[in-house]
Amino acid sequence: MKELICITCPKGCHLKVDEETFAVTGNGCPRGAVYGANELRNPVRVVTSTVIVEGPARRLPVKTDRAIPKGKMFEVMEEIAKIRVQAPVAVGQILIPHVAGTEGNVVATKALAAQ
Amino acid sequence: MTKHDLVVIGGGPAGLAAALSAWNAGIRDILILERDKEAGGILNQCIHNGFGLHHFKEELTGPEYAGRYIALVKQTGVEIRTDTMVLELDENRILHTVSPKHGYETFQAGAVVLAMGCRERTRGAISIPGARCSGIFTAGAAQRFMNMEGYMVGKRVVILGSGDIGLIMARRMTLEGAKVLACVELMPYSGGLNRNIVQCLHDFDIPLYLSHTVTDIRGKDRLEQVVVSKVDDKRRPIPGTEMVFDCDTLLLSVGLLPENELSRQAGIAIDPRTNGPVVWENRETSIPGVFACGNVLHVHDLVDYVSAESEQAGQAAAAFLLGARPEGSEIRLVNGFDVGYTVPQHIHRGLDSVEIFFRVRNVRKDTAIRVMDGENQIARFKREHMAPGEMETIKLPKVLLDRIQGDTLTIEIEEAAK
Repeated sequence: MKELICITCPKGCHLKVDEETFAVTGNGCPRGAVYGANELRNPVRVVTSTVIVEGPARRLPVKTDRAIPKGKMFEVMEEIAKIRVQAPVAVGQILIPHVAGTEGNVVATKALAAQ
Repeated sequence: MTKHDLVVIGGGPAGLAAALSAWNAGIRDILILERDKEAGGILNQCIHNGFGLHHFKEELTGPEYAGRYIALVKQTGVEIRTDTMVLELDENRILHTVSPKHGYETFQAGAVVLAMGCRERTRGAISIPGARCSGIFTAGAAQRFMNMEGYMVGKRVVILGSGDIGLIMARRMTLEGAKVLACVELMPYSGGLNRNIVQCLHDFDIPLYLSHTVTDIRGKDRLEQVVVSKVDDKRRPIPGTEMVFDCDTLLLSVGLLPENELSRQAGIAIDPRTNGPVVWENRETSIPGVFACGNVLHVHDLVDYVSAESEQAGQAAAAFLLGARPEGSEIRLVNGFDVGYTVPQHIHRGLDSVEIFFRVRNVRKDTAIRVMDGENQIARFKREHMAPGEMETIKLPKVLLDRIQGDTLTIEIEEAAK
């Protein structure tokens, strides 16, 4: 039995995951069961950061639109550091598709109005 | 002097939600005063995800959560005035403001919602000894520098305090290439959410030193070293336990304080336990027609709860403007064993239901919350786990509230079974 703290929501349920069957107990909701099993098999995280904006606004906040493999986090950060954006940008607009070879896209999390 | 039905002080998540709910309750003349360049408050710099699971039923980043609320408010006739600082509020609900565009102005409000949020405790507030060098930031200031202004604040970092902002910044700085050497917490437990310990410290192998504190700061111009010592059960540093960290940056995540200069000036009663106004269940303060919500009232863990509370305050402000007043005599809420504070601090008798928010003073397992009317237990709620870092809430329905005989209600934690 592996003991984990669920990070899916701020409640932080204390999970117990069976290392062979990946059965989860201690979860307060179905998302916890998914998290617990995934965390042992293939842990994933959403990465959030900012990108440089060309123009008066300085930074635009971004995220991966799905959780990407935990081991790819720094590679994703390197890709994010390479790009520059220009207004206008819409919330959810894809800035880097399939970042670092993952299924996740880097998308804007804030709108940037045209100047 | 300009007149408005409702003036909301602060355009962060609390102010936006309060204005929106007052609009939805039928108030049509609403002004939000915001001192920053844009609405959204602290959410604009909280670029990480984890917001909105309760309120929007999906996981959003801070800017996305703020953006949704701003979009909703923009669909209404609510006016948001940015770059405007409220200098003073008085007991007649007159506000004095200053802004670059309009200069000095006064407003007469029919009702006021206080939504000014909170501030971080600083080095001065916790009296850390040592050199006065640069490189020492509150975690939130560092967050603003990095996420909004685009400056990297340091390369080798120690974090004092395990509040959520400090933990979030440990991850943020690590992802941006800094080395976070340690997170140091005075108490024997973390002040932040468990999930943040996992995803911000464990994910990056950052050690968390519980029952430790910073006992010296060294550096001439820029920070060079911090000394960390273990503390005893009375939180006194233990000589001989010193560890020296070579670092250029110290982040402080040592607590938040509701920002109530305006409330105090107006003569609003402040609860010394929350550092926020004393409120009724509808978030009305000691001045009729003045309501408070969000972190100015008590420091919340989750913005979702801020939104919920602020909707309540907005609705109550609307009811006040429409002439509806709560009835029923006062029932005072008393903090029993291990309860640090409650919000609200008092309620009206005869309510349909009430939600009570509070924090415990110590980490507890397998215990229960008891609601006592004198010697008489009117409700008991089991809890597997409680911690000071996690706000607790209980909901009392009418059937239980109607049982209250006395004029006080005590919220207490059951002592461990002998």
